[in-house]
Amino acid sequence: MATSKTLGESLRQHGVSRRGFLKFCAATASMMALPPSMAPAIAQALEKARRPSVIWLSFQECTGCTESLTRSFSPTVENLIFDVISLDYHHTLQAAAGDAAEHAREQAMNSNAGEYLVVVDGSLPGPKANPGYSTIAGISNYDMLMDTIDGAAAVVAVGTCAAFGGLPKADPNPTGAVSVQDLVKDKPVINVSGCPPVPMVITGVLAQFLTFGTIPELDEYGRPRAFFGQSIHDRCYRRPFYDKGKFAESFDDEGAKAGWCLYRLGCKGPMTYNACATMKWNGGASWPVEAGYPCLGCSEPDFWDAGGFYKALSVPTGSPGDVLLTAGAVGAAVGVGAGLMSRNQGKQAAKHHDKVTADQLEEKL
Amino acid sequence: MTPMDFLLLTKGPLFSLAIAIFALGILIRLFEIFALGRAHNYAAARGNEVIPGLKTMYRRFNPDPGTFQRSTFDVVVGTLWHVGFVIALLLFIPHIELIKSTLGVSWPGLPNPVVDAVTAITLLGLVAVLIHRLTHPVKRFLSTPQDYLIWAVTFLPVLTGYLAYHRLINPYPLALGMHILSAEIFLIVLPFTKLTHIFTAFVARYYNGAIFGRKGIQS
Repeated sequence: MATSKTLGESLRQHGVSRRGFLKFCAATASMMALPPSMAPAIAQALEKARRPSVIWLSFQECTGCTESLTRSFSPTVENLIFDVISLDYHHTLQAAAGDAAEHAREQAMNSNAGEYLVVVDGSLPGPKANPGYSTIAGISNYDMLMDTIDGAAAVVAVGTCAAFGGLPKADPNPTGAVSVQDLVKDKPVINVSGCPPVPMVITGVLAQFLTFGTIPELDEYGRPRAFFGQSIHDRCYRRPFYDKGKFAESFDDEGAKAGWCLYRLGCKGPMTYNACATMKWNGGASWPVEAGYPCLGCSEPDFWDAGGFYKALSVPTGSPGDVLLTAGAVGAAVGVGAGLMSRNQGKQAAKHHDKVTADQLEEKL
Repeated sequence: MTPMDFLLLTKGPLFSLAIAIFALGILIRLFEIFALGRAHNYAAARGNEVIPGLKTMYRRFNPDPGTFQRSTFDVVVGTLWHVGFVIALLLFIPHIELIKSTLGVSWPGLPNPVVDAVTAITLLGLVAVLIHRLTHPVKRFLSTPQDYLIWAVTFLPVLTGYLAYHRLINPYPLALGMHILSAEIFLIVLPFTKLTHIFTAFVARYYNGAIFGRKGIQS
């Protein structure tokens, strides 16, 4: 069986040199914020690691996460690491179809019970929603997830849809979509958010699991801190322009050409925690902000509903202008009314004011 | 509720609610004042009302020498944090973006480090005036619970803004949400407390100047 081969053997078979492998281990150590002395430990652990079985479930998703993972990192060590994982079930990548595909999933579950990793991309209709919105081989997404995670060691929710509900869950959420962590309570869930996530982050999480057999340190959203610990804004190379108050006002003005800060064009970098600014995309070629495009905040929950993509972060999501106008008009009208009423009261009081002469006062005394 | 839910709540429905209460409250107050008018003055006018009224609106920014000597601390620190508050409120780029989206008007802002320094001075000023209020026997005697309330609702937006800008609270959506929420509390409290002086001070100054102007004397 393929799973009996160790990772080290597999890598040598793929022509990866010892030196290249150690370089990867050192990079992984620094990526996970570990001291360099951990690199040999990682190498040792990875060398001996058996190819773990991975079942990749695709629910309400666009396959962008798979695209991200497979396309951008063609001949790198990271990619090979992924090649040598026993990916036993994956709609896009597996050769099998129909019953054979489902059979592969069941077989992987049975022969690796308690040890396999479940990777989910896409959200799924919740238990109360109509299961017919998304089915695979006649099985509802909900049933398939619950059935598959039963014997899983851990669940990795890849992409913002799986991690937080993403686009399917965006208002008005017609399919009743929920995230993986909404449903999976008895297994560790690692959220690797992003639309799509940075490929190295996916492989990094898997590498950590292979190395230590443990779940990485997670933030309050269940994301690995090593990759989601810092905001885009704090690591952005355009940050000095934000600090200086130099902003691009439109996509083709002088500021945009000079590479100034994109805050006013709607950049959500300050509220977005992801590794784009440090790891970049396409093998370190570039990333959205470097390409002149504001960060959409795609690794954050509800980013579709978090205000317009091209509106600054400080801009309210409702229509406060209309509210202000309406409330202002009502306020002005009520104010004028109250003022006139008081004035009228004063006049009435004056009208009914009895005049007293000095003599009359004298009499009273 | 996740920090993001909190941020979206403060940026959306709560902001609309706060701005509605603010607009309703402050305009009822102002228009009531305007509609009430002033008692008719039967004496013959000796001078213009409007120009001295407008002049006084500005002139009252300068304390008269007696006031300055008697209450140097109040004049210096009071002016310092008031100016700082207005600069941070109106000249910080994200605030300008907010005003632009709400009112449709905008103006150039200041570089962030300048606003940051001004905010720090404002915070220190606000702390200093609170300490002064608590330690000065006369001030303490004259202070009502409302005075402490409006100090708190003024201090909190500045403090949370400073913390959010320096990212001293994590995650950021929580920090920003807290800042927006404290600003909303400020807006809601404003029309019903002494904070109305932000608007009525200028009305009072105008009336004052106009009354003196009509009498033909400088206010």
